[in-house]
Amino acid sequence: MSKLYSGAEIVFKCLEDQGVEFIFGYPGGAVLPIYDELKNHESIKHILARHEQGAGHAAEGYARSSNKPGVLLVTSGPGATNAVTALTDAYMDSVPLVCISGQVPTHLIGTDAFQECDTTGITRPCTKHNWLVKDIKDLPKVIHKAFEVATTGRPGPVLVDIPKDVQFQKTKYLNFKKKKKLNSKSYNQFSQKNIDELIKLMSKASKPIFYTGGGVINSGPKASELLRELVNVTGFPITSTLQGLGSYPGNDNYFLGMLGMHGSYEANNAMHDCDLMINIGARFDDRITGKIDEFSPKSKKVHIDIDPSSINKNVKVDLPIVGDVAAVISSTIKTIKKVKPNFAKSNKQKISKWWEKIQKWRSIKSFDFVNSTETIKPQYAVQRLYELTKNKDTYITTEVGQHQMWAAQHYKFDKPNRWMTSGGLGTMGYGLPAAVGVQVAHPNKLVIDIAGEASVLMTMQEMSTAVQYSLPIKIFILNNEYMGMVRQWQELLHEKNYSESYTAALPDFVKLAEAYGCVGIRAKTPDELDDKIIEMINTDRPVIFDCMVDKEENCFPMIPSGKPHNQMLLGPKDQKENKITRKGKTLV
Amino acid sequence: MVKAKSAYSTPGKQGKFDTHIIVVWVDNETGVLARVVGLFSSRGYSIESLAVAEIDPKLNISRITIVTTGTPQVIEQIKLQLKKLVPVHKVADFKREDKNVIFKEMALLKIVGNNLKREKALKACKKFNAVILDKSNKSVVIQITALRRDIDLMSKNLKKFGLVSVSRTGAVAMTRGADTFNN
Repeated sequence: MSKLYSGAEIVFKCLEDQGVEFIFGYPGGAVLPIYDELKNHESIKHILARHEQGAGHAAEGYARSSNKPGVLLVTSGPGATNAVTALTDAYMDSVPLVCISGQVPTHLIGTDAFQECDTTGITRPCTKHNWLVKDIKDLPKVIHKAFEVATTGRPGPVLVDIPKDVQFQKTKYLNFKKKKKLNSKSYNQFSQKNIDELIKLMSKASKPIFYTGGGVINSGPKASELLRELVNVTGFPITSTLQGLGSYPGNDNYFLGMLGMHGSYEANNAMHDCDLMINIGARFDDRITGKIDEFSPKSKKVHIDIDPSSINKNVKVDLPIVGDVAAVISSTIKTIKKVKPNFAKSNKQKISKWWEKIQKWRSIKSFDFVNSTETIKPQYAVQRLYELTKNKDTYITTEVGQHQMWAAQHYKFDKPNRWMTSGGLGTMGYGLPAAVGVQVAHPNKLVIDIAGEASVLMTMQEMSTAVQYSLPIKIFILNNEYMGMVRQWQELLHEKNYSESYTAALPDFVKLAEAYGCVGIRAKTPDELDDKIIEMINTDRPVIFDCMVDKEENCFPMIPSGKPHNQMLLGPKDQKENKITRKGKTLV
Repeated sequence: MVKAKSAYSTPGKQGKFDTHIIVVWVDNETGVLARVVGLFSSRGYSIESLAVAEIDPKLNISRITIVTTGTPQVIEQIKLQLKKLVPVHKVADFKREDKNVIFKEMALLKIVGNNLKREKALKACKKFNAVILDKSNKSVVIQITALRRDIDLMSKNLKKFGLVSVSRTGAVAMTRGADTFNN
């Protein structure tokens, strides 16, 4: 007879067979049997967070920077509810997470027992799928299925809820063999006919653009390589969403910068005026499209996505191609090379006028700002940070707000998986714990959280985690004492009524750093900024960097509410400012 | 008037609404109905009626029939979103006007009144496959099977004959002819 294992042992057997090296979590009554078993499994290391939300974001940072699923272990009740923000964040940004939660024993379910909550009920809308395992015999199958669901198709979070009595019960465990290519056939629903059609559209277009998103990154590093080749083969301009940054080199001439509400002037105008839009792994999010009725009115639209439900959800497209980005691009390149080996050359003439137009938009330099010698401009701080770290294969996470947009505008990425930001859900407090997770995955790399002082306070407790595991993350706070993005909108839309957006009693971040046992650095003037940044980079311990910046700087360019892509606000130098109409005020 | 300052963008032009019957084959497991119904409520889709029961105890399959309304784009989304749910096997979608599909709902009607009224009520129900399920000297319980609007009409018209209680199911659907629905 084969050996019997307890539920807790089975959890680890499954994790081992899935190749899991790290779990992010927090113990509690209903997961104690699993925590008890931890000591017997040396290949799996547990990272103790200070809050389940932090554990969740850390698992996200780990997953996004390594292309492996993040694993999260929490207890019942508050443990599970605290993880909900991270699960929802992962759901919106398509991050593969496996959350294992403890539950009260089966006989107490439904009795309002201590630390009981309806975990599967609460997490149903924010996971791809979840399971409450009431029968020990189902446990191995369910956990392996959970990994499969999280990592295949459009990735996302899943949750397995295990009652405490099930963790003690015993059953057999059959060794599991990982299927190799999970993402192959069933998700690639496109045919050669689709590809031929795409190439037909491409050769007809005189104003084409690639609009790429996080799907390229989720498809794996190969997809980013293929994307570069595709741009090379076609000579088309390319823009990227916030989540797609890094899939194409930010400094390349073909790259028009990020698009969307705070995207570049050239990217947004090109999106508006193009005659062929090829969406690769992006989802026509409302921060990208602006007003749907006036979104890129004259273009044929192609949408390449692994998730069929993403297609025609917000914007109707002319050619949907359902499949894994890497597979679709690879077939496209192959076909182009076969049918039109000199595509870029023969097409150059045709799109040269388009490039001229783009250069004109580009010459406006929409990311420019008025620099100062007295105060540190936040954009300048990000630029200096970029210049001083660009040769180090740096990983950047962010919180949410103005600093996030400035980071996206001024930090240029040239590799995928180097940029971790909460785009869909917009979770303030994401960046610090995400940096913890990134540093766990890449212990010898430079990991920086470009933060705002308001966001970072939401999960500041995770500095303690960084110190405990000697994770030398750098928290680079652009401190303007305001919730900057809230303040900006209040200035533009609410007659400068800065209602509750000023934080009057901020902690001294340098002392706070010292209290946590890490290093605090403060920069107040542009003169000292470079030296202080270098000091931060050279510190091999966690650092909180308090960068005191201009308090009232606004984030430009900006598509004002209710406007289409070709009507951007360009910032202080632009005379057309303050053009938000009365009607537009309701539309942010 | 209060100025709303929190909207994201103006709603676009709304397309024409159609009534569709969505049939979903699912694993009959805990919470599966909540997943399907939750999808509708969280994405703002409407449910006009709902019928669900296990149809294959061996394979553990339930069949859920949902009557919904929406623009063609919304109906397409409903189908695609449903297909993403792990316990969903297949999804069929029929327009209410579709001649190749039979739709039926059932209703139980309790009539309380004198002989004459009960006779009249029964007569009115005749064309809807009326079956008498219970009789007493004051009352009768009639079962009818019909389309939604017929039952709507009946429950209105029978009031004058002493209709005191109505209980009705959601619609169920089946294709005509020898073919069954396959993905």
